[in-house]
Amino acid sequence: MAGAAARDKRKIGLKWSNPAVRSVVYQAALIALVLYGGWFIVTTTQANLARLNIATGFGFMDNTAGFGIVQSLIPYTEESSYGRAFLVGLINTLMVAGIGIVLATILGFFVGVARLSTNWLVSKIAWAYVEVMRNIPLLLQLFFWYFTVLRPLPAPVDSLSPVEGVYLNNRGVVVPSPVFGESSAFFGIVVLLSLVAGYAVLRWARKRQSATGEIFPAWRTAIAIVLGVPALAWLFGGAPFTLDFPAYRGFGFDGGMRLIPEFIALLLGLTLYTAAFIAEIVRAGILSVSHGQTEAAYALGLPAGRTLRLVVIPQALRVIVPPLTSQLLNLTKNSSLAVAIAYPDLVAVFAGTVLNQTGQAIEVIALTMAVYLTISLVTSFLMNLYNARVAIQER
Amino acid sequence: MENRFQALLMGLVLGAAIVYLFMPIAKAPGPAGNRLAAVDRATGEARPETAAGDTLARVRERGELVCGVNQGLPGFSNPDDKGRWSGIDVDYCRAIAAAIFDDPDRVKFRPLNAKDRFTALQSGEIDILSRNTTWTMSRDTQLGLDFAGVVYYDGQGFLVHKDSGIAHAADLDGATICTQTGTTTELNVADYFRSNGYKYKVLSYEKNDEALAAYDDHRCDAYTTDASGLAAVRLKMKDPSRHLILPEIISKEPLGPVVRQGDPQWADIARWTLFALINAEELGVTSGNVEEMKSSDSPRVRRLLGGEGAYGNAIGLSDDWVVRIIRHLGNYGEVFERNVGTNTKLGIERGLNALWNKGGIMYAPPIR
Ligand SMILES: N[C@@H](CCC(=O)N[C@@H](CS)C(=O)NCC(=O)O)C(=O)O
Repeated sequence: MAGAAARDKRKIGLKWSNPAVRSVVYQAALIALVLYGGWFIVTTTQANLARLNIATGFGFMDNTAGFGIVQSLIPYTEESSYGRAFLVGLINTLMVAGIGIVLATILGFFVGVARLSTNWLVSKIAWAYVEVMRNIPLLLQLFFWYFTVLRPLPAPVDSLSPVEGVYLNNRGVVVPSPVFGESSAFFGIVVLLSLVAGYAVLRWARKRQSATGEIFPAWRTAIAIVLGVPALAWLFGGAPFTLDFPAYRGFGFDGGMRLIPEFIALLLGLTLYTAAFIAEIVRAGILSVSHGQTEAAYALGLPAGRTLRLVVIPQALRVIVPPLTSQLLNLTKNSSLAVAIAYPDLVAVFAGTVLNQTGQAIEVIALTMAVYLTISLVTSFLMNLYNARVAIQER
Repeated sequence: MENRFQALLMGLVLGAAIVYLFMPIAKAPGPAGNRLAAVDRATGEARPETAAGDTLARVRERGELVCGVNQGLPGFSNPDDKGRWSGIDVDYCRAIAAAIFDDPDRVKFRPLNAKDRFTALQSGEIDILSRNTTWTMSRDTQLGLDFAGVVYYDGQGFLVHKDSGIAHAADLDGATICTQTGTTTELNVADYFRSNGYKYKVLSYEKNDEALAAYDDHRCDAYTTDASGLAAVRLKMKDPSRHLILPEIISKEPLGPVVRQGDPQWADIARWTLFALINAEELGVTSGNVEEMKSSDSPRVRRLLGGEGAYGNAIGLSDDWVVRIIRHLGNYGEVFERNVGTNTKLGIERGLNALWNKGGIMYAPPIR
């Protein structure tokens, strides 16, 4: 076939009537136009900025930021640079998006499965959840969590304290923070070893099952090892850390760890909203697996749980993963709504405060867009790897 | 293979040809597209014809001034329920419109938030920015903008809940502060607490109303902004008497109008409209007596009102430009008292904004 086409082309030669020639010409012309367009925009912008006497370049990234940020996972003070402020915002974005992705995926899976439950109540609750969540704009949901749910909590003095050391107030949640002592290194090694042992049990059981068909309660054993061994070590080796209890001082709590309400509201909003979409994707994925598969599994004597886990889900994943990826990307991008409720994410800190203090809109916005693009591409890449893995079983 | 390569070459040639055809369009001087042409590519410097600027011409052609103002700050710029704007910042823009058109209503007000104000000016969306904007070096030098003067000398303060027991700024050690993003306020807070060695947390909201709501709900112990803004904002609270403005002022906030760089004539109009308002107060020219004052014997008054010299003409206006301003708006003192003075709800004293010979620092260079 290919050879014939090549011969054909040679016969027709380099003529306009040859569709291959035309197509290459069109494409080359288009590329040239796009390149020219890009070049035109860049040079025009540069010339205009120079004409308007607006500072340009990324030199400002080393300048002192001079403003405070309410939540930072890395050391940051007012004396830090704009570049550092950028990192703080980026990490805050990654934190809320990362945790949100994990929680939304788990919750979405449960709701999606629950929606298909034969239990009338369970499936209706799941249905109501999905319909409510995906039909209310995310921004409104954020406002709901932030202004309606978290705000009316008592002031720090009157904090709710469900458990000793845990305080709930309108400044967030404060919990005791662990302070690692001398025995913590030993304890860390124990935890690591038990994880390895648990994994080894799982692998061994799987191998044995494919070789002999015998089933071993691998998961239960693994969990027992992972939880039990460190517990024993704790019991005999002493606690690996002491707790730093928050104490009320002046305007609020000192010590301990805190989650600010801006973070909680954003995480709740993103998770619950995205989970509704994921649930629908999961449901569609499961429904796409022919019922005959389930019947066949039952006929083989597999219980319902195993049927779902071993037969249905693996096939459903092929349908689920691509749209799931775009939901995870949406979650990450939606995290930029943080600015509405003062959570210091990348957009609020960098494309907000830094942009205003420096006035270098083009640099700041370009960098911000590049960051979101990179995060999205990396997420897609990882999900594509996973997709390739679940798709490989295709016969 | 070979053919493909040739076709590609042909395509590139064709592409280049198309690009060449498009070039003249991109380069052709048009009303908006002439930016590139007006710039000397080698030095990046604007050529004289645009340097002279044409803001005044464009405003005249359009028949109205487009003025960037605050979205809602009583006393400075605030729309009423009929959509009519009032405030010091608003009156200043009306003064310019009066000077140009003899009609203070030929202004379109464009409400802007703190974040977008400079971009709106840079991009030409507005002719002038009059939005309680602090004159700072970086804004003046790095944004391609110029400040035209100081309409109101302000300073930053704190608003707290009365029942919190906070009476002084020093009591705020460890407090959480709410403010609006994109302001000098955000930076001053950091400076103040840092230089005093106090701990603090700052929450920066994009919308002022959200910052206020957060403060009102006790998410923050204090709300901070320019003292004038605090007075205005306190009025917006459910029960103003439950809030206290702390006596300390932690910064200098000279608020003034801003124009784009590169149009000296327009900058002159902006600057001298302000000076005219102040000089009129100093010389006792008011909206009530301006017509009589035209025949005053004082040479200073005569120059101000266009009886002597051609000062208006020199900035592209008519020589009775100040008469027009004062007739419609009154002098600086009248504008101040009408919008924020002691007889208004805001009840702000002249303080620093009194004339230089009345205990304040309002001082305008003479018209001569
Ligand atoms: N003068 C300061 C602050 C100006 C400012 O934006 N103040 C706020 C707080 S009073 C405001 O006017 N917000 C009203 C709004 O955005 O609607 C500056 O120029 O940065």
